[in-house]
Amino acid sequence: MSADYVLETQNLIKEFKGFTAVDDVSLKIQRGNIHALIGPNGAGKTTVFNLLTKFLTPTSGTILFNGNDITSMQSAAIARKGVVRSFQISAVFPHLSVLENVRVALQRKEGNSFHFWKSDKILNKLDDRAVELLESVGLGDFADAKTVDLSYGRKRALEIATTLALEPELMLLDEPTQGMGHEDVDVVANLIKRVSKDRTILMVEHNLHVVSKLADQITVLQRGAILTEGNYETVSADPRVQEAYLGVAADEVQA
Amino acid sequence: MKISKFNIVLLGLALVAPFVFYPVLLMKVLCFALFACAFNLLLGFVGLLSFGHAVFLGTGGYVTGYLMMNTGLTPELGILAGTAAAALLGAFYGKLSVKREGIYFAMVTLALAQLMFFVFLQAPFTGGEDGLQGIPRGHLFGLIDLSDNLNMYYFVLAVFLFGFWLINRTVHSPFGQILKAIRDNEPRATSLGYNVNDYKWAAFVISAALAGLAGSTKTLVFQLASLTDVHWHMSGEVVLMTLLGGMGTIFGPVVGAAVVVGIQNFLSGGELGNYVHIIMGLIFIVCVLAFRSGIVGEIQKIVKRNFG
Repeated sequence: MSADYVLETQNLIKEFKGFTAVDDVSLKIQRGNIHALIGPNGAGKTTVFNLLTKFLTPTSGTILFNGNDITSMQSAAIARKGVVRSFQISAVFPHLSVLENVRVALQRKEGNSFHFWKSDKILNKLDDRAVELLESVGLGDFADAKTVDLSYGRKRALEIATTLALEPELMLLDEPTQGMGHEDVDVVANLIKRVSKDRTILMVEHNLHVVSKLADQITVLQRGAILTEGNYETVSADPRVQEAYLGVAADEVQA
Repeated sequence: MKISKFNIVLLGLALVAPFVFYPVLLMKVLCFALFACAFNLLLGFVGLLSFGHAVFLGTGGYVTGYLMMNTGLTPELGILAGTAAAALLGAFYGKLSVKREGIYFAMVTLALAQLMFFVFLQAPFTGGEDGLQGIPRGHLFGLIDLSDNLNMYYFVLAVFLFGFWLINRTVHSPFGQILKAIRDNEPRATSLGYNVNDYKWAAFVISAALAGLAGSTKTLVFQLASLTDVHWHMSGEVVLMTLLGGMGTIFGPVVGAAVVVGIQNFLSGGELGNYVHIIMGLIFIVCVLAFRSGIVGEIQKIVKRNFG
């Protein structure tokens, strides 16, 4: 039953000049799950993300979203379908205010984004919804701040608020806790848990503590190919995974 | 745009200026100010450095000049036609160039502009090296005689204010909001579902049209359309004006244009006339090294630091 899967890839392959970055990856992302994509550095996790959102074009293979083939669609069109991604480095608009960041996302559905002859005051009607979204990620007090002045953790929270503004069916989060201190990691992890209600999340994550806490399903990539899949217990018990991945990150497992 | 006391004072100054300064010089400043503002829309608010913007200035000028000489069109229609021609060219060139980024975008715009430079040099109706000379200014709406410098000045001022208002509106519009988002983080704008190239293209067309408007108006002021206006020197000069004044600020390009035109005018009369390029070069170096946000940008910083 493919309807249970929000997103499926079939035999996805990406080759760069003589080097196969993504090798025959067939993913199935079940609706409502938090699905984690893990693996050692260079395993191809971010490349898979780029393929799913068409920031890169697959060499071969198919991507299905709700059973429809979206392999040939453009990045922006895929986003409009409801697959919205984040980036490894915080994806915010630094010189816009925090409120404006969220409004840029809300604005899309207004259909006025080409109206250069109108005053931007007509966007003020989106402010209530934008503030609501900011409050949901704990940024209510920062609405008027310039985004460039926010701390790293808050930028990531803002990014999630902006993504939520699009009400995506599927959120793709690329290392949402990368480069964060302990407190921030917990804040963001809780935030992801909270926003995962009613939607599906696919995340690349290095922090296994976060993965064990959040993920319903885990896919382990190694050298571009799927090594194994399953829940945290299954995956972490797999000796091949321990060798390929957990071995180098044993500290994090204990933590 | 908010009508503040500051703007009213500026408008008042602009209205009495022709009684203090030579009107033709002021008109030149206004035309270049509009040109620089149009350029700044791309550089300052979308982050696109076009290195061929003179082509739109020149195309507007040549088309208006040709029509005024050969068809007896009234000046407002002549200017409209020149602006439309620049917009059309911008639509075409924009489609070809906005797919590229950074230095590649600059090079593509330069190459396309050079293409048109040779058209204007070789085509039978452009007067070759001489350009189009003795273009009549005509009667505005068939009524107001523009050969009178004072009439012409107020007309140019009105054209400038319209262009300046439109750029302001564009910057502070729902569309402008998306442009700024693209400038700040293009992949993110894409991931939010915006086809960024379409927005860049639209901004490119608006900028080209307004550059054409500046060129058309300038042609009427000097009654001349020449290769100088399509030459890549001119494309470089508008970069200088914008950076000197402060890119990404509303008034920066106006100040930059006034300073550059003012200096050129001042020097060309004196013994230093031969060194004008060297002196402009030195100013540019000082600007890049010492005050990168430009004159207006630096003033804004000081105001913010002390009164903000």
